[in-house]
Amino acid sequence: MAKLKTIYLAIIFLFLYAPIGVLIAQSFNESRYRGHWTGFSLKWYEALFENEEIIEALQNTISIGFFSALIATILALVTCLALREVGKKLRAMFMSVANIPILNADIVTGISLMLLFLGMGIKLGYGSILIAHVVFNVPYVILCIMPQLMTLDKSFYEAALDLGASPFKAFISVVLPELRPSIFAGFLLAFTMSADDFIITYFTRGAGVDTLPTEIYSQLKLGIHPEMYALSTLVFFTVLIFVILFAFNRKKLGEEVL
Amino acid sequence: MFHSVQIRNLFLAPFIIWAGIFIFVPLIFIIWYGITDAAGNFSLENLAMIFQTEFFKSLEMSVLLAFVSTAICLILAYPLCLILVERAKSAGLIITLLFVLPLWMNTLLSTMAWQTILEKNGILNQFLRLLSLPDFTLINTQAAVVLGMIYNYLPYMVLPLYVALSKIDKSVIEAAKDLGASTWQTFLKVILPLSLPGAVSGITMVFIPALTTFAISALLGGGKVLLIGNVIEQEFTFEYDWNLGAALSIVLMIFIVLNMILTFAFDSSHEEDS
Repeated sequence: MAKLKTIYLAIIFLFLYAPIGVLIAQSFNESRYRGHWTGFSLKWYEALFENEEIIEALQNTISIGFFSALIATILALVTCLALREVGKKLRAMFMSVANIPILNADIVTGISLMLLFLGMGIKLGYGSILIAHVVFNVPYVILCIMPQLMTLDKSFYEAALDLGASPFKAFISVVLPELRPSIFAGFLLAFTMSADDFIITYFTRGAGVDTLPTEIYSQLKLGIHPEMYALSTLVFFTVLIFVILFAFNRKKLGEEVL
Repeated sequence: MFHSVQIRNLFLAPFIIWAGIFIFVPLIFIIWYGITDAAGNFSLENLAMIFQTEFFKSLEMSVLLAFVSTAICLILAYPLCLILVERAKSAGLIITLLFVLPLWMNTLLSTMAWQTILEKNGILNQFLRLLSLPDFTLINTQAAVVLGMIYNYLPYMVLPLYVALSKIDKSVIEAAKDLGASTWQTFLKVILPLSLPGAVSGITMVFIPALTTFAISALLGGGKVLLIGNVIEQEFTFEYDWNLGAALSIVLMIFIVLNMILTFAFDSSHEEDS
């Protein structure tokens, strides 16, 4: 039975990683055509840094990811702080409004935002993508912060006030450190969702502004530039190293920390 | 944490304004476009278009493929999560490695990679030929699209289900076994009902994106599998019939609302039980 379970895990693992293995292999393939292995080469890694389109899309992806996650985190934190103090019913109502962008289909969110931007005369481009990403990121950050905030003991904050701290000072030095893990998790989740979003970006972007997913989509018809495989391989191994470091540190720190 | 209601409301204000402009107004826009014609006059003609054969067929196929891929995700995820919960000590790392890491690979690219695996002279067939087995070409079929959906959305089924299963008190399961229940009975009578909330949120999180995707079908369906998402996308970017596109989106929203009502009804009935 134990063997059967291991085999099952292995099959799922293979299913999830087979395409990733293919992508990594393609990044080292000398041929630019998919599925034809002509030899090992690092030329796509060299070409990557000279491919202005991809570098620009990468810069857009990172900056939109960072700023949309940052704005969403601030907005979500402020909202969560207020929601902690409202009644249960009102809070449930607010939460279901906040969840609309998650529950709604991406294509509907994308199209409805596009209609809004055009209807208000906002030019589609970097700014419209950024706003759209904040829209779908806010609920994810709220979902990360809210549970931890609800379990937060208010008395520490009140003690700080009694000891003469200003509300702002008490918030910064008592509440914020407690919330740091969930704020960080929310920010990271938002960044990830933003960097991987295709459908909403596709509808809210303007001509000439691309993120990596829309750049990939536009390359699909004529064939993906192999530099893209090189880039994803680099991203994959960077994240892998971070995950391993994190797991290693967590073990070292002991399980009581997390 | 606030000294007065005013300060609390001040903190709540940005979200209210934000939600008003960027959540509600866009929905009004899409409904308005959906119930007017190109000249801006009220008309339900575009909404009625969903009953035209080509659109209705797309919708039917989308519902079918989304249903099949959700069911397969659920069937795959249950044993997987049970195994992971059993190995809870090391599972944290395994889960991160298994499910979080692939999320960092661009989903369009990894879906593309399935094309390389499944196509006529793809990796799978080259491998089969090596073993002198007959070819098995899946690309550009509904099955390939379902496979792509499972690949893309399985993590969304696994994560809530894993959380729900790991919350089940082990002694409850042991009690069932002590009282003579078989493994299968324990699963049906104890584990399944207790993990149902996780399964329900997993089903929602897989079904809606599977129903509305246009990228997966464009990549693995080769233009032969036109889902409702592909039809809507074409209306906006190719046919430039925004009113029709918006009307078809409203049809999708009906499914989403139905889904929300079902989830909500399930949640509240479940709360009454416990």
